[in-house]
Amino acid sequence: MALPDRELQAAIAATRFGLGARPGEIAAARGDPQAFLLAQTRRMDASGPVRALPRERAEALQTFRQAQAAFLEANQRQDRKALDLRPELNTARSVLRDQIAADVLERAARGATTEAGFAERWALFWANHFSVGAGNFVRTATIGPYEAAAIRPHVFGRFADLLVAAETHPAMLIYLDQNGSVGPDSPLAQRMARGKATQRQVGLNENLAREILELHTVGVDGGYTQADVTEFARALTGLTFRGFNAPTEQVGETYFRQIAHQPGPRSVMGVTYEVEGEAQALAILNDLAARPQTARFISRKIARHFVADDPPPALVARLEAAWRKTDGALDQVAAALVTSCEAWAPEPAKFKTPYEFMVSSWRAVGAAPRKPADLAMLTAMGHRPFYAPSPEGWPEEAAAWATPDGVIKRLVWTQDYAPRAIGAADPSKIAVEALGARLRPATAAAVARAESRAEGFALLLMSPEFQRR
Amino acid sequence: MTSSTQAFASSALSRRRLLAAGAGLGLALQMWGPRALAAPGRRKFVLVILRGAADGLSITPPVGDRAYAPLRRELAITEAALPLDGDFGMHPELKTVHRLIGVGQGRFAPAVAMPAAGRSHFEAQDHLECAAGDDVSSGWLNRAMASLGRGAPVEGLSVGPVAPLVLRGPVATSSWSPGRAVETAARLPMLVQDLYADDPMLGPALARGLKTEVLAQANLARLAADSADTPEAPNAPRVSRGLLGDSREAATRLGDAVAGFMREESGADVVAISLDGFDTHANQAGALSRRLAYLDSLLGGLQSGLGQGWGETVVLVVTEFGRTARVNGTLGTDHGTASTALLLGGGLKPGGVIGDWPTLQESRLFENRDLASTTDLRSLFKGVLAAHMDVDRRALDTTIFPDSAKAPPILGLV
Repeated sequence: MALPDRELQAAIAATRFGLGARPGEIAAARGDPQAFLLAQTRRMDASGPVRALPRERAEALQTFRQAQAAFLEANQRQDRKALDLRPELNTARSVLRDQIAADVLERAARGATTEAGFAERWALFWANHFSVGAGNFVRTATIGPYEAAAIRPHVFGRFADLLVAAETHPAMLIYLDQNGSVGPDSPLAQRMARGKATQRQVGLNENLAREILELHTVGVDGGYTQADVTEFARALTGLTFRGFNAPTEQVGETYFRQIAHQPGPRSVMGVTYEVEGEAQALAILNDLAARPQTARFISRKIARHFVADDPPPALVARLEAAWRKTDGALDQVAAALVTSCEAWAPEPAKFKTPYEFMVSSWRAVGAAPRKPADLAMLTAMGHRPFYAPSPEGWPEEAAAWATPDGVIKRLVWTQDYAPRAIGAADPSKIAVEALGARLRPATAAAVARAESRAEGFALLLMSPEFQRR
Repeated sequence: MTSSTQAFASSALSRRRLLAAGAGLGLALQMWGPRALAAPGRRKFVLVILRGAADGLSITPPVGDRAYAPLRRELAITEAALPLDGDFGMHPELKTVHRLIGVGQGRFAPAVAMPAAGRSHFEAQDHLECAAGDDVSSGWLNRAMASLGRGAPVEGLSVGPVAPLVLRGPVATSSWSPGRAVETAARLPMLVQDLYADDPMLGPALARGLKTEVLAQANLARLAADSADTPEAPNAPRVSRGLLGDSREAATRLGDAVAGFMREESGADVVAISLDGFDTHANQAGALSRRLAYLDSLLGGLQSGLGQGWGETVVLVVTEFGRTARVNGTLGTDHGTASTALLLGGGLKPGGVIGDWPTLQESRLFENRDLASTTDLRSLFKGVLAAHMDVDRRALDTTIFPDSAKAPPILGLV
């Protein structure tokens, strides 16, 4: 398969691999489109280790938890003091709410303004692969820090490191209920069984173990059984984080709670793990990262995300080969993607998700979201950031998003956004900047014929080629 | 411009001219028009999918099974259950469902599953909705609609911005979710339709979306006419507020809004609705109560909104698999096998519990952890499709549910 001409390659680099072209971006990619992308695979967000929860977030969470506990306690006693405590709780809640909204806005604005669109798309792919969905306040407040501390620093590093960072971050431990999972024969379980004070039975929760196998590593066809899930769940017992009663500087730190750990060797997918304690779960995670099923499962997922819902097998094979040759060095896998001719097919096979559509619409005019309300329509489109519907993350395929209702919602948003965004710019020039050689004559003509700048820009955004990548 | 575009545009225009005053309201929900407008005699089918594996042992708690309370401990619903017969109760939040069962308009199957469901949500949901081999990418409900091809076309509608697999396939379907209205008669939609003229995916999607908008705005117009004298009408809540959220009120309104689409003459005959949030690994009791309350109100809104049309409607509520028989270490339950399906409708035939009860005795648990399945969900689907929608038996066994001859339709449901 031959590569398309350089003009088209430049347009594809910015729109398919990246998040949509900002003015000047296609021109910048034109010299060497592949090199333009490869240069981004070396960018890293953090220079040193990042705290699981930044101090400001840990404080806000502690304040909220304390205010909540004090209120509930007074309320339970039907003490009138509860009324006095309510304003404090409301304040704590609104501080957290504002911080969460700022996380979402910061991510969207980063997508709109970054010069490294490919690096950002790559990071978003991994955040979705290790999806953590919103829930109660506490959980939702961990997602922004999770992406910053557990995902972004590792997306061009080793997959095994990314895996361990993601699975041990408090966001994941809360989301998949690992926190309360206790080994049935652990000292903690035995102590609780002896105590008469509580009727509550403690025990295993196998949610995290199952999703690691099914969604994060070997995949549902990876050859594991229910017994493997249970064994892995036993090995994971004890994995937790410093809670909100800990000193602020420790809140959110992952640690291993030995007394909750199920003692004894474990057997997962035919391998026996004699090591005890924390090392047991880490050994299993590292082995899962190295399995060929993992390389195959995730290579296909990368190809599906970047190139086509039903990706070319030759492309999947290249990614898999790069993965196995480099033991999951993700910068090398990214390089294999960028240098595979199958990834540069001229036809745009991917339909943008609502988030991608909105980010690319901002990029087209060099704009960015400024307030949470600028993202409100994503909720109606079924794509509210941080609110992935399940641990599987967001749907990838066009059939899920290109629905009658989905298209109508894009039209509604465009009708509102285009007049505010276009200003005095010439929509025909914007069309060339945004799509380059991907702009079809029919769309160029429709934009040029429009009765107003706003209408021309709206037609560009709704055009078949802008809706795809 | 295509002729269909003109048709949408002109019908939207005339309605807007009639009731320009209503336009400022957005799509308000109390507005779905008079009940008398229900198209008579068109049979309707609503499939509700509970995503995340809903706990059948809480939906219809087997209060008469002596093994139930010891297995479920804190999570067992015994005294609080709404009474049915001595064997089963109903979750206390499922008041509407309980009432319908009491008047012969509801039945339930307490131990159903797809064959070889596995315990992965995502694979099991695909299996529940596709019900065919890996090489098939359409959903069984779409294939069932395709099999009815001749004669009056059957209209399909999914509720929500993301299309569920069960309704994807060769027959084009509509989708709708609450939100702001688009000006269907404005220039932009028509110009965009022209841009999509040769686009096999976006062209039909936009055309159907605009058609649904016209229906929605027609209902808006009717309400504005009905309530012209009502002083509070200008302050009626916008759809985007009243229909969203997790409250019982929002669910009732959503059910009523969906019924509005089904009452229209060219409205939906087949509707798929997904509800998520049933994956209750920890602190199950509260979370499940909230979701079941939502489901119950949605069904109530649907029933009352359909009015007389309820007599021609069958609603089936299913989930991808059940949950473990035992409570886990975090006051929740993990992925299991069989769960409960609910069958509701104004025209059900009388009958009791659907399928056998395997009991929760330890020796009868599947893999010593799950409620075992006694009934293939496909038999339930086939029984409803055959009796209610007149779907051909051979198509059911071959194209709609391939290789399912061993799962015959359950007879006598409708």
